[in-house]
Amino acid sequence: MAEPASLFVRSRCVGTAAVIYASDYLNKLSGERIERECKRQLECGCQTLVIDFRGTELVNSIGVSILLGVIDVAEKSGAQLIFSDVNTETIQLFEMLGLTRHVALAKDEDEALTLLNEFAAPPQSFGH
Amino acid sequence: MELPTQKLVHTFGALADLGQEITDSSDVSEMVRTSLHLLLGALGIRGGAILEHMADGQVLKLVAARGIDEGFPEPLHIDDAARVALLNAGLSALSPERLTTDKPDLCALLEECKNAAGTFGIQLFVPMVVRGELVGAVLLGGKATGESFTGEECDIIFSMVRHIGVGIHTHRLLEQLEQRAEENRRLYEDLRTIYRQTVRAFAAAIDIKDKYTQGHSERVGKYSEIIAREMGWAEEEVEGIAIAGYLHDIGKLVVERDIINAPYRIDAKQSSELNRHPAAGFEILSPIHHPYTDIPLMAKYHHERLDGRGYPDGLTDKQIPLGAKIVSLADSFDAMTTDRPYKTRRSLEDVIVDFRFNTGKQFDCEVVIAFCRALLKEINGESKERRILKMLGKNYVEAEKIIPLLSELISELDCIQISSAASSV
Ligand SMILES: [Fe+2]
Repeated sequence: MAEPASLFVRSRCVGTAAVIYASDYLNKLSGERIERECKRQLECGCQTLVIDFRGTELVNSIGVSILLGVIDVAEKSGAQLIFSDVNTETIQLFEMLGLTRHVALAKDEDEALTLLNEFAAPPQSFGH
Repeated sequence: MELPTQKLVHTFGALADLGQEITDSSDVSEMVRTSLHLLLGALGIRGGAILEHMADGQVLKLVAARGIDEGFPEPLHIDDAARVALLNAGLSALSPERLTTDKPDLCALLEECKNAAGTFGIQLFVPMVVRGELVGAVLLGGKATGESFTGEECDIIFSMVRHIGVGIHTHRLLEQLEQRAEENRRLYEDLRTIYRQTVRAFAAAIDIKDKYTQGHSERVGKYSEIIAREMGWAEEEVEGIAIAGYLHDIGKLVVERDIINAPYRIDAKQSSELNRHPAAGFEILSPIHHPYTDIPLMAKYHHERLDGRGYPDGLTDKQIPLGAKIVSLADSFDAMTTDRPYKTRRSLEDVIVDFRFNTGKQFDCEVVIAFCRALLKEINGESKERRILKMLGKNYVEAEKIIPLLSELISELDCIQISSAASSV
């Protein structure tokens, strides 16, 4: 039975943006909840998704696959996607695997939200 | 960290996680889903699917998918030629975008696959072949970098696909084993049911021969079962003793009907003829392979007595199997509480007096205690079942008289047991 994603994944809405906290869900099958939460936010009219990695020490292959799923969902609904507070090692991994070609990076959640308004259509990297 | 090294560490981690997932997971669908994540995440592939080759051999069914358009899940049909072509291709990267003439048997399948995936671009189609058997296939989309797969990356993909194939294959074998074990269990259960039904039919045949004791064998079976359960026997043993009770008088089938049905006390000669029945029962039951132990012995010794005055072998206390002691008490109780051709049944008070008098001589103390306890529980309502009372019929048991008699006998026999146990230490 599908469980309500919001019960398990912490998220908050700021205007038309939603911040979703990756925490330590990402690296297991349960990380699919993050993808479901992103879908739910997009269906509720959210136009920008910020995935915050402050509680995420390491991203493994399952985590990468789930984030690729989030990228897919965001692109299909024309929403902007920002990853915030990603550590250096993980950024290198995302660059190596091509994720950074599809998302913008922000130093932290505040920066992501402050710079939201400055966003132009094509995503660009900033903050790192 | 240098890029190639970091890539190597990341891929190695994915391979290690995949190995663990395949070994540890008991849920095949979760295993397949996780494996697909690991494969896609290892190389940053934007989507893909795992198809399983179904047992009937005609279809490839989608068992996990990421990023592929909805609507794919129709099974893909494969003909024999395509199946053979996939087996021959083995672990290799086939490209639906570059349909070549060197594998004409696969063109239709790859085309169907491409169409089923909709706008999702399939870059690689990798057959999963394990020990010469087609287990399924993996479809992969493009990389998030937009670059083509390198030869090195294809090797990583093959290695992971092989792992996934082995995982699915192993789960399939386990499922088949479980299915066979379940079939065997059902077959065994059916055989036991047939055996029990046959035994009951035999019991009815025995009782038909004796027109005055109809239902005797069945009642002895039930009383024996109740006693054994009260004594804490395992359920399997309880079933066995019930069978022994049903069959205890099977030897009567070889005794002349006139002697069994004599409406008077039989003479010594007739009595010795009748007394052949336990040994005859043993002869009848011994060649049969029973699913329970000692059934023939319980039939043979159900007329033995603790004091050695029973038959056929005049055994004493410890020489008599406990099962035979149980059947013996059940048999005597039924004989005393049912009408016979030459006498009407005795009152339950009388029967309890008989028990008190004959415990240690004819009956085993522990067995008598167990039977009295079971009867008492039914009378005072402690037990919800009324199996003994039902067999005794209405208006036979006067609760207010019987309860104190039974309680008294139980505590008296308990004391005897405790003191005999103490003296034997
Ligand atoms: Fe008998």
